Formats: sequence, C-alpha cells, structure tokens
Amino acid sequence: MDNTIMTYISAFIVGGVICAVGQILIDKTKLTSARILVLFVSAGAVLTALGVYQKLVDIGGAGATIPLTGFGYNLVTGTFKEVDKLGILGAFTGGVRAAAAGIAAAIFFGYLMSVAFTPKAKR
Amino acid sequence: MQKTMTNKEYQAYVEKKTPNSKTGRNVLRAFLIGGLICTIGQFITNVLKMMGYGQEQVSSIVSLIMIFIGALLTGLDIYDDIGRYAGAGSIVPITGFANSIVSPAIEFKSEGYVMGVGARMFVVAGPVLVYGISTSIVAGIIYFLLK
Amino acid sequence: MASKRLGKQTVMLQNPPRITSTASIVGPKEGKGPLRLFFDNIIEDEMWGEKSWEKAESKLIRETFSKVLQKGNKTSQEIDYVISGDLLNQCIAANFGLRESDVPFFGVYGACSTIAESMSIGAMLVDGGFADNVVCITSSHFCSAEKQFRFPLELGTQRPPSAQWTVTGSGGVLISNDGSGPYITHITTGKIVDMGIKDANNMGAAMAPAAVDTIVTHFKDTGFTPESYDLILTGDLGAIGREICVELTREQGFNIENIYNDCGLMIYDREKQDTHAGGSGCGCAATVFAGFVYKKLMDGTLKNVLFVATGALLSPVSTQQGESIPSIAHAISITTSPER
Repeated sequence: MDNTIMTYISAFIVGGVICAVGQILIDKTKLTSARILVLFVSAGAVLTALGVYQKLVDIGGAGATIPLTGFGYNLVTGTFKEVDKLGILGAFTGGVRAAAAGIAAAIFFGYLMSVAFTPKAKR
Repeated sequence: MQKTMTNKEYQAYVEKKTPNSKTGRNVLRAFLIGGLICTIGQFITNVLKMMGYGQEQVSSIVSLIMIFIGALLTGLDIYDDIGRYAGAGSIVPITGFANSIVSPAIEFKSEGYVMGVGARMFVVAGPVLVYGISTSIVAGIIYFLLK
Repeated sequence: MASKRLGKQTVMLQNPPRITSTASIVGPKEGKGPLRLFFDNIIEDEMWGEKSWEKAESKLIRETFSKVLQKGNKTSQEIDYVISGDLLNQCIAANFGLRESDVPFFGVYGACSTIAESMSIGAMLVDGGFADNVVCITSSHFCSAEKQFRFPLELGTQRPPSAQWTVTGSGGVLISNDGSGPYITHITTGKIVDMGIKDANNMGAAMAPAAVDTIVTHFKDTGFTPESYDLILTGDLGAIGREICVELTREQGFNIENIYNDCGLMIYDREKQDTHAGGSGCGCAATVFAGFVYKKLMDGTLKNVLFVATGALLSPVSTQQGESIPSIAHAISITTSPER
C-alpha cells in the first residue's frame, strides 16, 4: 500500500516539475507551444541516449513518461533495443515501433474527434 | 517620421512598458495540473500492472488512454479552458499532444476531410514526430557505431 | 501643389461631406461589454447559423451593409461606391459579404485601420464630386482571425498580458454630400511605420509609432492643436500602445492625454472579460465609431473628433520569416460645425 502511494507522490512531483520547467520557458521566452513540444521531445530523446532520463523514469514513473519528454524516452529506448537485435536497421525501425500505439492512437482518435465535434468560440 | 528614438531605443522602451506574465502563479498552476495529469497516468499504470500486463504493453496502453482523454476533452471544448489555466501543465503532457492534433483538425473541418482535417492534423504534431523520430534515429546510429 | 493638400500628408475637403448614417452588428462578447447599448444588433453566437467562421463574417458585413442603407433611408441603387476590406486572406469576408450588393466596389486592405482608410477614400470621392453617396464598411471575427493568424480555438495555449482580443463585429458608415450628420473636414493619410517590434502578441506597441506619426503630422499640417478636439480616438492600440502613444506625442510637443481614448480599451471590460490588453481587429474601430462615437456626435456630446484607426500590416508568413511588424494609422477629422 505504502509503495503505491509513493508511486503517486513521485509521479506528481516529477511530472509537475517537468511541466513547471515548460511554464518558465513559456513565460520567459517567446516560444510557442509547438516549439516547446519539439524541444521537450528532443530533450527527452537526448537525455535518454545519454542514460540520464532512465533515472528519472525509475524515480517518477508516469511523472517521467507522460510528459512529452517521455515520448522521446520511448522512442530512444525502443531504438536501442532494436539496434541490439537488428543492428543498424534497428536505428530506423525501433523508435516508430515502440511509439506505434501512441502514433496510431493520435491519428485515429484525432480523426474521430474531428468528425464528431465542431469548433466552439472562446469565451 | 521625425524620429525621436532609434529602433533599438524604441524596442528597449517597449520592453519596459510591456507587463510580464505572473510567472510565479503560472509556474505553480503548471506544476499542479501537470502533476495531476501524470498522477492519473500513474494510476492507470498501476491498475494495468495489477491486471498482469507486461511493461511494454502497459506503456502502450497508457499512451492510448491518455491520448484518447486528451482528444475527447478537446472535442468537448474543455481542454482549452484547462490550457488557459494550466499553461505548460496542459501542453507538456501527452494529453497536450493529442490536443494539438485534434484542435486544428476540428478547426479546418470546413475545408473538407482531406485537405482540411487530414492535412491540418499535423500542423503542430508533425514537427514533434519529425524531430522526435529523427533524434532517435541519429541516437540509434551513434549507439550502433559505438557498440 | 494640388489645391486641396495641406502640408505633407493631409487634405482639406472644400465641400465637407457628411456622415449621414451608421450601423454596427457585434458578437456576444462585445454584446456583454461596456458599449453594448450602442450597437444595432448583437448576434447570439459566433457562427450565426452559418457553416464556417468565414461565412459568418461575410454575413456580418452583408447585414451591416443593409442596416446602413436602411437607417440612411437609401436603396443600393443610390449608392455610388462601397469601399470595404477585412482581415481574411484576399478579404473574402468583404468580397463574399458584398457579392449581392450590386454596388461598384473598391476592396482595400488596411488591417485594423481599414475603416479609416475606406472613410478617407469615400470622403475624398464625395468631396471631389465623384460620388453622392459612399458606404464604407469593414468587419473582423475573433474565430476566423485566430484561425488564420494564430492558433486553433481548441488549442490549450496561454495568451500573454500584452495580447489583444480580435473583435467580432462589423461597422459601416454612409458618407453623402447632403442630408444631416457630422462633417468630415480633413484627412491625414498615414505612412507605413516600422520600429522593429516583432512580437505579434504585442501589436499595440508595434502600431503606436504609426499613430504618433500620423497624429503629430496632422497637427503640423493643419495647425490644429489638442485643444481643437474633444476626443482623439485611436483604433486598437490597447493598454500598452495607449501609454506609448500619449508619451511619444507629448515628446513631440503635443499633450493629448486628457482627450485621448482607444477603441480597443472601450469595447471590453478588461478585467471581467479577460481581454488582456484590449480589443483589436477591423471591427473594433469600426463598431465603436459607428455605434458609440457617432451617437455622441449626433447628440452633441462630442463636437470635434479626430478618429485615428491603426493597422498592423503583417501576415502569418512574415512572422514565420522573422520579420517585424510594419504599421499604419489613418486620421479623419470630424466636426459638427465645419466653420471652425
């Protein structure tokens, strides 16, 4: 039981901190949301390649995998696994393979929602 | 125009005149909402693990569910309100990625399903995939060469 | 020198035409703002029964055009020109909105200064004997503008404090050489001014230098002073641009502080309606003038108004290419007693 509560607390803190960093970037620089997303996914990928991000995942669980840095983590760990198995070909297949569920979901649910809903004005 | 200041001087003058966002308040809100969204993801993860799913399956299923939630909240006209409050707390989690796909798709419905919805879905998500996947490929090649 | 020119950028009209009728239709947010009682119509929602934001904006112009004619007691056959434009690519709101108007059409683009630009041209056409009746009309729409210039509506972004809210609304005026109404006596046409501001979320600061340039030039060309007016009204400089405008005009020797206001600050309650630096868009100056200012001129509360609509001449492409924001401001001098 204790262990489970710890996972929630760590996820909350680690995830919150990563988002807080993003907020500082939004407020202090002129970065738009698209550029921030690109920055975070690339940063996650690079930090994973350097072996640093795994530690964050070990501590924070979903707090590290849910933010978009986690998507970069997912891509790179998948890539490394495939390179171990298939050599250089794995560099190309591994990332997309690992992120397959996310990419397919994004495309399909994105399309579904746009069929089902219409845009509403902001208040 | 009879210039009383140079462009550079004017830009410095504007800097002084332009109010800053309330960074402290915004960072706190981003922390709280971002943390909350991640905690929800953790909850789903724990449940799936208890049900006996393996690590890789869990990570795929959690992505699927979180993306679905982000997409649904966008369609229901709720996610933009969350975003106004939470800023990065709603942009950075993977739900924000789903939001960035669904929002232009809905917006450009009036331009048809192929060039409107189909093309515009990737206006924000496209760069994420391009840079994310490219970085992972480069990392993979370097990893291979170092082995 | 051409006989009606005054100084560098101003013309003085010899047979000052009159603004004989105006109309304004606005969206729900504007309909909850401080000026809500001054507009002719407030639509219930931004789609207004149409299939897209763009079509809704065309409907805004179409209906406002009809209302201008109706209130001015004229048919479209009696209108010699309609001069119009809007923010959308290729000005499709105006083009499609006036498609069935059956009136000779000049399309203009001045971004948010469009109403003043079209009124300048319209007044010159009437004063020059080229027309008896001209309708000048423009519109903007929050949703269609965000879609084109910024982000999808459902995207969860935060707007900085300097950002402005594009007005959903259309405003039009009828300028004639007879009838009753306040007179247009002088027109000072702006030059494009760019002092290097690149932040599309801080348009007020980008446009303020253009407003200052036109206002100061107007005073120098005409010999008028701030004391000649009871209101100097800019289109949409917003909270930040307003401060800059007052300070920079003061530096050039003209203190306009006590008689100065800005349509973007008047149309919304900034606190309650969360509009940050204020309203913007072609419809901002147009609806505030056509609704509020015109009524005040007609009932005598205002006698001499300098109407200075400001526009930011950027596009999404120029911003992506790292360009700054060139701006323009057109001034129209309006009075209830032309002998002044």
